[in-house]
Amino acid sequence: MNVLVFAEQRDGKLKKASLEAMSVGRDLADATGGSAAAVVLGQGVAGLAEALGKAGAEKVFVGDDALFAQYSNDAYGLAVGKAAQVFGAEALLFSATAMGKDLAPKVTARLGIGLLSDVTSIVTEGGILFRRPIYAGKAFATLAPQTGKPFGLTLRPNVFPVKDSPKAGEAVSLDHGVVPGDIKAVVEKIITAQGELLDVAEANVIVSGGRGMKGPENYKILEELAREMGGAVGASRAAVDAGWISHSHQVGQTGKVVSPGLYIACGISGAIQHLAGMSSSKVIVAINKDPEAPIFKVATYGIVGDLFEVVPLFTQAVKAMKTGA
Amino acid sequence: MVTCALARLSVRMGFSEEARMNVLVCVKHVPDTETRVKVAADGLHLDLGEANWVVNPYDEYAVEQGLQLKEKLGGEVTVITVGGDDATKSLRQALAMGADKAVLCSDPAFEDADPWSTARILAAAAAKLPCDLILSGKHGVGGDNQQVGSLLGQLMGIPVVTVVTGMDLEGTSLMLKREVEGGTEMVKASLPCVISCQKGLNEPRYPSLKGIMAAKKKEIATWKAADLGLDPAALAPSFQLKKMELPPPRPAGKILSGEIPDQVKELVKLLHDEAKAI
Ligand SMILES: Cc1cc2nc3c(=O)[nH]c(=O)nc-3n(C[C@H](O)[C@H](O)[C@H](O)COP(=O)(O)OP(=O)(O)OC[C@H]3O[C@@H](n4cnc5c(N)ncnc54)[C@H](O)[C@@H]3O)c2cc1C
Ligand SMILES: Nc1ncnc2c1ncn2[C@@H]1O[C@H](COP(=O)(O)O)[C@@H](O)[C@H]1O
Repeated sequence: MNVLVFAEQRDGKLKKASLEAMSVGRDLADATGGSAAAVVLGQGVAGLAEALGKAGAEKVFVGDDALFAQYSNDAYGLAVGKAAQVFGAEALLFSATAMGKDLAPKVTARLGIGLLSDVTSIVTEGGILFRRPIYAGKAFATLAPQTGKPFGLTLRPNVFPVKDSPKAGEAVSLDHGVVPGDIKAVVEKIITAQGELLDVAEANVIVSGGRGMKGPENYKILEELAREMGGAVGASRAAVDAGWISHSHQVGQTGKVVSPGLYIACGISGAIQHLAGMSSSKVIVAINKDPEAPIFKVATYGIVGDLFEVVPLFTQAVKAMKTGA
Repeated sequence: MVTCALARLSVRMGFSEEARMNVLVCVKHVPDTETRVKVAADGLHLDLGEANWVVNPYDEYAVEQGLQLKEKLGGEVTVITVGGDDATKSLRQALAMGADKAVLCSDPAFEDADPWSTARILAAAAAKLPCDLILSGKHGVGGDNQQVGSLLGQLMGIPVVTVVTGMDLEGTSLMLKREVEGGTEMVKASLPCVISCQKGLNEPRYPSLKGIMAAKKKEIATWKAADLGLDPAALAPSFQLKKMELPPPRPAGKILSGEIPDQVKELVKLLHDEAKAI
């Protein structure tokens, strides 16, 4: 099976999630006796082929053009579709990032193939099977592609490992054929949130705060802890609805469904809609003053206590460990 | 169809105060988010028990947006769903909120419709309806696909803007605010287009008593595969369902004890040595 991976870059840097996808693509190609390639779009991005080669790409289709400097699903959709045709892709992989989720259906609809969202595990022995959470993780469905039919997948960030699997990573200039008039939905402006940390959908550590935070000003202490661990700040819906933090931080069934390596819930009770969004995290820490809070049922480690006492100490201890070690 | 709509709209909206906008809103009928799930006896599907089925929460933003545009510009709001007879409940709800017309796309061939089939059914239906703008939800809770709106737009050859939290009309274009990683993006798209609606776009209204009464009298059209010129064989799912499982229960955790500063020290040690998480 020939596998094409869409490699996402921002400011000329590849996303970790794209290397994860590349590693999955390599495995899928090896298991089915095919080859794996990547497509990368942007301006001044040709140098990224090397890193993709290291993660398993034999070929890297590079669309280096001012038309791709700013993401648009029109231009990127056309170009990735073109790369898929040139390569003869039978499987098309995207990361389930904000961009991946916007782009993937544009491409698969163009190619007339099916798309499976948010895959969290893949089995290749004795037939290919994909597993994905539904109902925000309350259940998992296992599905198989139809024999001989090409398909697309988006892969949940942070669940697949990045593997070293050096291949040629031969850069091939993509004859994309995109013209300015193809861009129908035009980005006019980007407003970057001030001092914004990572997005919760991609972060490997999430420090989340709920109603127990008491007010917007207190998110500072979570930001400090998140910054110390290279993570992102999340929230429950109660905190979002109170207007303490923007909806893009909401974790849960009607927010983002996340699977980070470490999820730290501060002042969050653990309602079913919140648990649905985070209970597949590898390690969960709960900090709550109510020992009966349902969040403790899913916690790997729990501290029953006042978050305003615990969190600053936690930040200090992490800092001490980093400098002391 | 689509080009006609565009021509009509640019004539209408170019000069007159009476610009009318016909909006098509895609609505999915889903179990509410409180629902607890079990694996059904066949091991392939879910047993949703006595789940309460509702309009997909994100689609409420789409309906509300359609209604606000209609109130400002005139025109009609049509709600459409692909689903079984029970999905009429969600259509009625949208009619009660103030939508003018409703279409139920229902056929045995649609029962296992995945996002790609659903989008093709909706595209076939949209081609028969006057629509200057198509609104969908950001995602359908349960299926969690986040695909249908985008697939539909691509199929119809019109622009798609997803995860929209703000909308302003500028002539025959829309200025849209959308959520991206670490910020917001302002995107301009010309009509007709597909917009997927995210929380923050508006506050969906509750149906009034009058609205509920009026909705009872509104007719819901039912369209089958044949009415839409669709070949049931072509609607087979792209992936074959093999198994349904619940997530494994999480192993029992450790609730720490002692003085808080000591607990925190132990926590950091456990995270580092045992869980290797930091
Ligand atoms: C349609 C629908 C969709 C929803 N989607 C989501 C979703 O996506 N995500 C989501 O999160 N929720 C969602 N909800 C809401 C959900 O049902 C809960 O209401 C919400 O998660 C509660 O948030 P919370 O845990 O922050 O608040 P609460 O339940 O009020 O819990 C606050 C917790 O903080 C603790 N606390 C207070 N002070 C302190 C302190 N000083 N130190 C330590 N602990 C303290 C309390 O003991 C309590 O456990 C949804 C609801 C509906 C109806
Ligand atoms: N069966 C359906 N009928 C009508 N609209 C749908 C259906 N499925 C999905 N949609 C629309 O597409 C959006 C995204 O759904 P999904 O791709 O399933 O997450 C939903 O919010 C609806 O607006």
